[in-house]
Amino acid sequence: MSTTITIDGRQVEARIGDDLLSVCLSYGIDVPYFCWHGALGSTGACRQCAVRVYAGPDDTKGRIVMACMTSIAEGQRVAVADPEAANFRARVIEWLMTNHPHDCPTCEEAGSCHLQDMTIATGHHVRRYRFTKRTHRNQDLGPLVTHEMNRCIACYRCTRFYRDYAGGRDLDAFGAHNNVYFGRAEDGVLESPFAGNLAEVCPTGVFNDKGWSADYARKWDMRATPSICPHCAVGCNLLVDERDGRVRRAQNRYHGALNGYFLCDRGRYGPLHVVSPQRLAVPLLGGVAASEHDATAAAHAAIAAGAIGIGSPRASLESNYALQRLVGPERFFAGVSDAEVKLLRRMIAILRAGPAKIASLAEIEAADAVLVLGEDLTNAAPRMALALRQTARAAERELAAQKGVPHWLDQAVHTAGEGRRSPIVLATSAPDPLDDIATLSLRLDAEAIAAFGVAVAAAMRGNVAEGLAAEGQVKDIADVLASAKCPLIIAGASLGAAAIIEAAAAIAAALGSRARIALIAPEANSVGLALLGGDGIESAAALLESGQAMTAIVLENDLFERAPRAGVERLFAAAKTVVALDALNTEITARAAIALPVAAFSEAAGTFVNYEGRAQRFFAAVPPNPAMPSAWRRIAAFGAGDWHSLDALIEDIVAERRDLVGIATAAPNAGFVMSGGKVTRAPRPLSGRTADDRAGQFADAAPPQDPDSPLTFGIKGSRGTQVPPALITSYKMPGLHSANAVTRFAQEIGGPLRGGDPGTLLFEAGEGALPPAAASDPIGVDGLLLVPLHDAFSGWELSRASALLAARAPAPRLMLHPDDAATLGLAAGAAVLIDGRPCGTRLSLDAGLARGVVAVSVGTVVPRGALRRVTIEAAS
Amino acid sequence: MIGWLGALLRVGRKLAAKTETQLYPEEMPKLPPRSRGRIVLTRDPDGKERCVACSLCAAVCPVACIDLSKAVAEDGRWYPDHFRINFARCIFCGLCEDACPTSAIQLTPDFELGEWRRDALVYEKHDLLIAGEGKVRGYRYWSVAGKAIAGKDKGEADHESPPVDLKGLLP
Ligand code: SF4
Ligand code: SF4
Ligand code: SF4
Ligand code: SF4
Ligand code: FES
Repeated sequence: MSTTITIDGRQVEARIGDDLLSVCLSYGIDVPYFCWHGALGSTGACRQCAVRVYAGPDDTKGRIVMACMTSIAEGQRVAVADPEAANFRARVIEWLMTNHPHDCPTCEEAGSCHLQDMTIATGHHVRRYRFTKRTHRNQDLGPLVTHEMNRCIACYRCTRFYRDYAGGRDLDAFGAHNNVYFGRAEDGVLESPFAGNLAEVCPTGVFNDKGWSADYARKWDMRATPSICPHCAVGCNLLVDERDGRVRRAQNRYHGALNGYFLCDRGRYGPLHVVSPQRLAVPLLGGVAASEHDATAAAHAAIAAGAIGIGSPRASLESNYALQRLVGPERFFAGVSDAEVKLLRRMIAILRAGPAKIASLAEIEAADAVLVLGEDLTNAAPRMALALRQTARAAERELAAQKGVPHWLDQAVHTAGEGRRSPIVLATSAPDPLDDIATLSLRLDAEAIAAFGVAVAAAMRGNVAEGLAAEGQVKDIADVLASAKCPLIIAGASLGAAAIIEAAAAIAAALGSRARIALIAPEANSVGLALLGGDGIESAAALLESGQAMTAIVLENDLFERAPRAGVERLFAAAKTVVALDALNTEITARAAIALPVAAFSEAAGTFVNYEGRAQRFFAAVPPNPAMPSAWRRIAAFGAGDWHSLDALIEDIVAERRDLVGIATAAPNAGFVMSGGKVTRAPRPLSGRTADDRAGQFADAAPPQDPDSPLTFGIKGSRGTQVPPALITSYKMPGLHSANAVTRFAQEIGGPLRGGDPGTLLFEAGEGALPPAAASDPIGVDGLLLVPLHDAFSGWELSRASALLAARAPAPRLMLHPDDAATLGLAAGAAVLIDGRPCGTRLSLDAGLARGVVAVSVGTVVPRGALRRVTIEAAS
Repeated sequence: MIGWLGALLRVGRKLAAKTETQLYPEEMPKLPPRSRGRIVLTRDPDGKERCVACSLCAAVCPVACIDLSKAVAEDGRWYPDHFRINFARCIFCGLCEDACPTSAIQLTPDFELGEWRRDALVYEKHDLLIAGEGKVRGYRYWSVAGKAIAGKDKGEADHESPPVDLKGLLP
């Protein structure tokens, strides 16, 4: 219920029961705060948000309260500017600063430090405290996060995020009163794959991004560009910071429906693959550096001889389309296995058909019963796992609400919620990091997961199946899902099992239109590539073998990661010439006759389509380098089209493909200009602009040109809250320099951005009927079912090329259940053969695995592919 | 009549007065140490580079003619791995000196920056760094900063207590 309250004489609408601080902030009324956070709620630890509240019209005295701990009530009057409250806040910050080190000049946070902002806002500028400062020793928290404990103000945001929000266990508060310490019990790597968020959650410089610190530039020296994480199908929104033409770090870019305030570490540190020594910097002919002229001439000649194109789920939709245009749709292939192409098409068909709605991450958090079939979310789509951790707490919040505890009073919700958990059922093959929030974890092999799903669907329709692995639970789970208001089914392509997708569809169909569904695709643009069309690598090889084409153009793809080796070798054998376009050196570029360097995701604009079918645009974060143009520009030069800009290319796509029209509106086009000019990436001021001699020219007279985006690299341009949500380059507001100012950009705290969350959904549920599933290929009964192990810290070849992530990635694994290993006569540490071929890792045993499976790191030890059985034997 | 005679007298008196105009460069002016000319980077009392590459001078510079980037030395100090000032752009306002938290950057009375080639006015760190402390004697940022460096552990800066023993049982 909503009411009108008065804040400093201003009448504002607010929901009764919300916290006063959130309301103030969403109306742009600045109340200093530290411990409150949009996603973590209130805890009342810092005492910084004091305001005077008058209970009603008759109350003349009022009282000083903490805004973040005060519920909105009918007829409230609030005085933020009240002198006593202001004095209270000034004293609080003075206390907080008594032990603060004299560190700003050598603190990474400085320049975008919430503590600096709040100190200045409250007017504390002279130190009166003359005694000694309490000090702490720091810890080494691993390769990703810095630690400088002296700067702590004990707001508890770090532990509330790390433990309560992200389910981490190894970061905690130690000590008491003035001595309280936030760290690990002993030095060591922070285990959570979300630890990088501490850099943004902590309002001071205690935790920071270690990679950024090593290649540091102040916030005011970096240009920031809106981008999309290229490391999984969730499609989290990023801000990519650049200085001197080099990407320095990636940060979270708020998106109400997707990533909200947080990223996973793969998305935060993985993008640094663009500065890796693995970059393909010069054209190669036969693996040897060659001139641009010779290499492109050779490529032209090879393509003239008749070429097929092999696209990539990590290349932009535009680059894939350009390649499809160049070679023609019959000669364009998807760059993944035939089986994966089929699986993805089917996933899209299921999503399109409905009746279940496609769940965004925000909707996942709103679900009240969840069934996960076969996906290890923490490792395959990490940010979604973080969302699911919030889903788990819904029951707790509901119970607390019944007891009158508001949802934002997070600590109290924990207590009042009595540890209740929303029903979350995980049916996976390997031990799952989400087991600690699951109400039921089933360890089944892929076939049993599918059978279990089918049985749940049948049970919902009243048919009880028999003879199943998890027979006892089927009925209960069916009942829980059927009685939920907002049931959610999550499945995906991780195990390569079509039957699991079908089972998910069957359950969703049985639940009807109140159900939500999320089907996880393998990569950032897997869905976009599947929408474009094109069969898999095996079909490409067959076409080459038939002699209808001589040349294979491979776009941004290390095929050996994405399809069984045999298929890729066939392709190399059948193609007379392989032309590879890539930003990274891979086995493909090394073996290709011609390899041409192209722009990485941070150097070109393009569109990715995420698991929901949301087309999202990313832009070049560094000035374009003509030696590494966007892949589509190279393909255009081969004769695919006459596109002078990304918009021209998008126009062609949209004209030809009615189902893709949405990509045109994913972000404003390059012609978009505001009254203040183009939206600028640059902060104000950008220092050092005139430090070089430029023969009398004002350096900013000719900022680097970027024809593919509505953003400018120059310092003159538009900024601020009026900028369209897809183009936000900074949250900086007068007096507010940290990402905490995002509150000004959202419609309400935690809600969509003003102007709507960016991106365009290319399809929605309920658009078509679902054709019956094609019969899946039999996989036999001999051997063990292969479970591809994903890893939050490695992902695919791009993220593995980031030195920061590589330092954090575990060694490749190959695991068996001890009983299976005993049957095979294998012991831990044994060298084994997979299907007769040696593999690069040794056997380990895990009793948490399902029986009858072998779990192997995907990408590093085995390529991905369809569900299959393999034989494991000892290497002699 | 009296008026213009008086004026004539006042002007005439100037004939005998000491001239203000100096014959530069034959006669060099004596400028006070606070006058704002060529910029230098000074050193700590211990002879180490004072600048910690905080970039405040670069940010405050109204013509944006200072460019630097941070690196970390073996002993843990931050320092600029390059530091460049374009004196063709510098307006000698002294804001950088005001902003500098370490007193590293200082303006000197030397104003003789004539060059035939303008790019000769782009000074790199080795052109800027001097051997001494300049005008500010005795100040050493690292003695007051909380960040530990080799030779100055936690708790050893001015006004610091020894680090908290987290395993201790006393309140
Ligand atoms: S945390 Fe903020 S206030 Fe503290 S030293 Fe760092 S920049 Fe300065
Ligand atoms: S480390 Fe940072 S987030 Fe944690 S309590 Fe201290 S200031 Fe707050
Ligand atoms: S890897 Fe996936 S979950 Fe992680 S930030 Fe990127 S898109 Fe989000
Ligand atoms: S303000 Fe001083 S310490 Fe900071 S970068 Fe400039 S010269 Fe160095
Ligand atoms: S923000 Fe209200 S007490 Fe910390």
